[in-house]
Formats: sequence, structure tokens, C-alpha cells
Amino acid sequence: MSSARRRPSFTTVMLVLGLLFLYLPMVVLVVYSFNASRLVTVWAGFSTQWYVELFRDKQILAAVWTSLEIAFFSASMAVCLGTVAAFVMTRYGNFRGKTALSSMVTAPLVMPEVITGLSLLLLFVQMAQLIGWPADRGMVTIWIAHTTFCSAYVAVVVAARLREVDSSIEEAAMDLGSPPVKTFFFVTLPVISPALAAGWLLAFTLSLDDLVIASFVSGPGANTLPMVVFSSVRMGVSPKINALATLIILTVSLVTLLAWYFMRRSEAKRLTLLKQADNA
Amino acid sequence: MMLSRVAGLMKRLQLGRRAVIALPLVWLTLFFLLPFGLVLKISLSESVIAIPPYGPLVEYADQTLQVFLNLGNYLFLLSDSLYVAAYWGSIKTAFISTAVCLLIGYPMAYAMARAPVRWQLILLLLVMLPSWTSFLIRVYAWMGILSNSGLINNLLMGLGVIDSPLRMMNTQFAVVIGIVYAYLPFMVLPLYAHLTRLDNSLLEAAADLGSRKLNTFLMVTLPLSMGGIVAGSMLVFIPAVGEFVIPELLGGPNTLMIGKVLWEEFFLNRDWPVASALAMVMLLLLLIPIVLFHRYQSRELEK
Repeated sequence: MSSARRRPSFTTVMLVLGLLFLYLPMVVLVVYSFNASRLVTVWAGFSTQWYVELFRDKQILAAVWTSLEIAFFSASMAVCLGTVAAFVMTRYGNFRGKTALSSMVTAPLVMPEVITGLSLLLLFVQMAQLIGWPADRGMVTIWIAHTTFCSAYVAVVVAARLREVDSSIEEAAMDLGSPPVKTFFFVTLPVISPALAAGWLLAFTLSLDDLVIASFVSGPGANTLPMVVFSSVRMGVSPKINALATLIILTVSLVTLLAWYFMRRSEAKRLTLLKQADNA
Repeated sequence: MMLSRVAGLMKRLQLGRRAVIALPLVWLTLFFLLPFGLVLKISLSESVIAIPPYGPLVEYADQTLQVFLNLGNYLFLLSDSLYVAAYWGSIKTAFISTAVCLLIGYPMAYAMARAPVRWQLILLLLVMLPSWTSFLIRVYAWMGILSNSGLINNLLMGLGVIDSPLRMMNTQFAVVIGIVYAYLPFMVLPLYAHLTRLDNSLLEAAADLGSRKLNTFLMVTLPLSMGGIVAGSMLVFIPAVGEFVIPELLGGPNTLMIGKVLWEEFFLNRDWPVASALAMVMLLLLLIPIVLFHRYQSRELEK
């Protein structure tokens, strides 16, 4: 038994190999961002010149700002819409249009981006013809497109949390005379707030990351970061993009670390509370 | 008096309830469902040189209402072998990539679900973290690794294993690697969710009854994780069929994929009707996988 335990199992080996497969290319990206040579594949000594160049690139900086703005507003709107959709699906029993709603929440999760992008562009073009809005495509049309597909992801995350939460607390509040709206804001919302934060973050990264849908629905005015990166990457590898990649990886890692810390702390708090309840 | 107040409250509640249901329903109908109708409409119109570049379906002149349904775009897709080849290439590539993802992802998810509880959250975050960075940049990473003067070729030539660089970029191999790399987390996540819910006592019971490990896996673990296999496979397969970025950056002339063809019809040829017809046929091909995924997902949502 003990000898069998010392030899790692097949699945553990696969897990380690799988994680190496996921992380080695990112390590390569980071290492070559500090390369002195323009050739990404030849090591010519340590240098931070590509970071300097990155911060001098006005086009990239402007695109970062545009993308952050769109992502912030898309994520915020998607959390509102997605939470309402999740609440309706988990708490409202059966109603007319439930099948339609649940289909429209799950389909965007897998819909190929080229189809979503093309269909939304055709909608905006038709709307412009019929009602004169949107006259120009740009940040607003990207915001609508991102809100739509991000709210589907938020709905899935929030619905998972709503199903875990005991709905009897909500029922108790309403039995005591709390109106539904008040119950939602003072009872339901605080319990599901971690899921709202997770949904918001997920929507934010999805919006920041989208190239295809934004390319379809954007006009000449708005260039998002993925659009700028894509046109640069198409020409071949460039160490400036490696520097950008390093900064993105660093940011995401820090936020994940923070999220992990909070999740672990709340889990520990829950366990101590359970223990106290047991002792009492 | 009291009764009428209660009735009034009930009415208000009903109204409020309807408004709450309507909010996501109307938004998604307007910005998700309705656009598909427009794609169908444009796919039946004629391509013209105008802004926007398609002709009308309905025309009213001389007291006659004429409806034009132009099937030419669809017939055109069938007549040109490029499009058929692109659909086939997409489905083949997506299928191979999904199979590879499953073969790598299943053991990974299994090991995660069997890991000590305090490790599980860390492992889950480690698997998901890459997917929160940037899709585009993760595909870009492989350009530097696979190209003729890239990392792998430099390494192999430096070691003297090969004399001339292996051609890996712009091949089917590169596209499959790119898809597997980008979508692996989405395969592992639902598999892990299913395997972690698996009741250990079932496996112990099977072992107590003398079932061998492989047998237990095939007869107990595998059937019980079927939902995760279907969900993970659909999360990889469906978007992979329509993938544009990966064949554009890592593929070459021999790796025709429909997402890229659609992009080029739209942005380069400005043929919106043909692009719409391409999208409609793609949707039709993906209908069964999407319904499969929906059935799994709505069961998850309502559980």
C-alpha cells in the first residue's frame, strides 16, 4: 500500500503535465518580454526597453482606456441583468417564457462569436435605418453587445449561488411582512454578494478579452485593446506585445490571489462559526 | 375594505413580478434572438453595391407587393467547393481538438476531485487562471513557440536532433494545439464539478464487491460523469467550429475553417448576404450540439 502511494498515480501525473502545458507558454511570453533583441526567439540579454516602448505607444494606451471603460460598464449592466435573470429562473417557479429565457441564457455561452457579432451588427444597421439609432457604431454598440453575452455568464454564476442559498430565509422575511423588493435587497442580495462579485469580475475579463464581436459591431471611432493587439500580432511577433502580456498576466494573478485569500478567509470564518454553534 | 387592499397588493405584486420577468426577457429577445431573424433575412437578400450592401426583400410599386426570396446565396455555398471544404475542415478540427481536450482534461479533473480538499480550490484557480488573462495573447504565445525560428525548432536544432526546422506553424497541428490550449479550462471545469459530486461510497461499494479499478471506472465513474463530459465537450466543440482567431494566427492555406471564411466574406469581400448564409448554415449544423448543451445546462440551473 505504502509503495503504491509513493508512486504518483496516472491522473496526478496528467494533472501536473496539464498544468505545465497551460503555464509554460505563458512563462515563455514573460521571459521574452525582458529580451534585449527584437527577435522574440533569440535571447540577447536582459532589458526592460519593451516596457518603455509599450508605455510610449499612444495607440495602445488609448485602446486600454477604451477597453477598460467598455468592460466596466458592460460588467455592471450584465450583473444587473444576469442577476435578475438568475433570480427569475430560480425563484419564480413556472411562468410563460421560462423556456425561452433559459434558452437565451445558455445559448450565448457556446454561440460562435462570428455568428453573434454578425447578427448584432445586422441589428444595429437595421435599427439605424428604421429609427435612426444608433447613428454611429462605437462604444455604445460594443457595450450593448458585451452586456448581452456577459449577462448570460453572470446568470449562470449567480443562479448556482441562488440554488445553494436556503430560500426559507426569504420566505420567513416575507411571512413577517417584508415586501418582495425589500426582501430581495436586504435578505437575498447580501447572501449572494460573493457571486455578484465573481460574476462582475468574469464579465469584466470577458469584455476586455473580446475581439471578434467588438470588431463586428464597432465603428471607425472605437478601437479596443484586442483590436489593436490583433492588428499588431497579425504582422508577426513583437516583444512589445510580450510586455503587455506580462502586465496582463501579472494583474490577473494578483486579483486571483486576492480572491483566493478572501474565499479562504470566509471559509475559515464559516467553519469557526459552525464550531461555535456546535459548542453552544 | 381590507380585502380590496389585499387584492390591490396582489395586483401590484403580479405587475411587479411581470416587470421583473420582462427585463431580461425583453433585453435578450431584442439583442440575442431578434438578430438571428435578421441574419436569416439578409441571407435571403441580394448582394448590391450600396450602404448597407444588400437589397430589399419586400418592394411595393405599381400597387403590387413583391417579395424577393433569393436562395442564390445558399445555392452558391453548395456550388463552390471552398465552402463545403471549410465546413468540413471546421468540424474535423473541432472534433479532434475536443477529443484531445477530453483525453487531457478528464484525468486532470479526476486528480483534482481526488486531491485533498484544501488543495482543490487552489488547483481549480490554477486551471482557470489562464482563461482569465487574454485569449488573443495566449494564442500569440504559440506563434513564438511553433514558428520555424521559434522556441521548439531552436531547441531541437541546438540539441542536434534535427538539421532543418520542422514546419509546425500554419498547419492543422498548430490549429489543434491552439484550440486545445485555449479551451482546455472549459473542459476541465464541468468535469471537475461532476467528479467532485461523485459519491465515494459508490466506488468503495464497487471495490468491496470485488470490482477491479478499471471496471469500476468504466461501470461507475464514467457513466456518472457523463453530464460533465457532454457539457465540457460542447463548451469546446461549438465555439471551436466557429473559431476565427486561432486559424487566422496559427493556421495556413491548408487549414480552411468556416469562421475565418465568414470573416473574410464580411470584412474583405463585403458580401453580407453570403456571410449571413454562411452563418445560418453553421447555426443549422450546430443546432443539435447547442440543444444538447442547453438540456444539460437547464438541468443544472433547475436542480
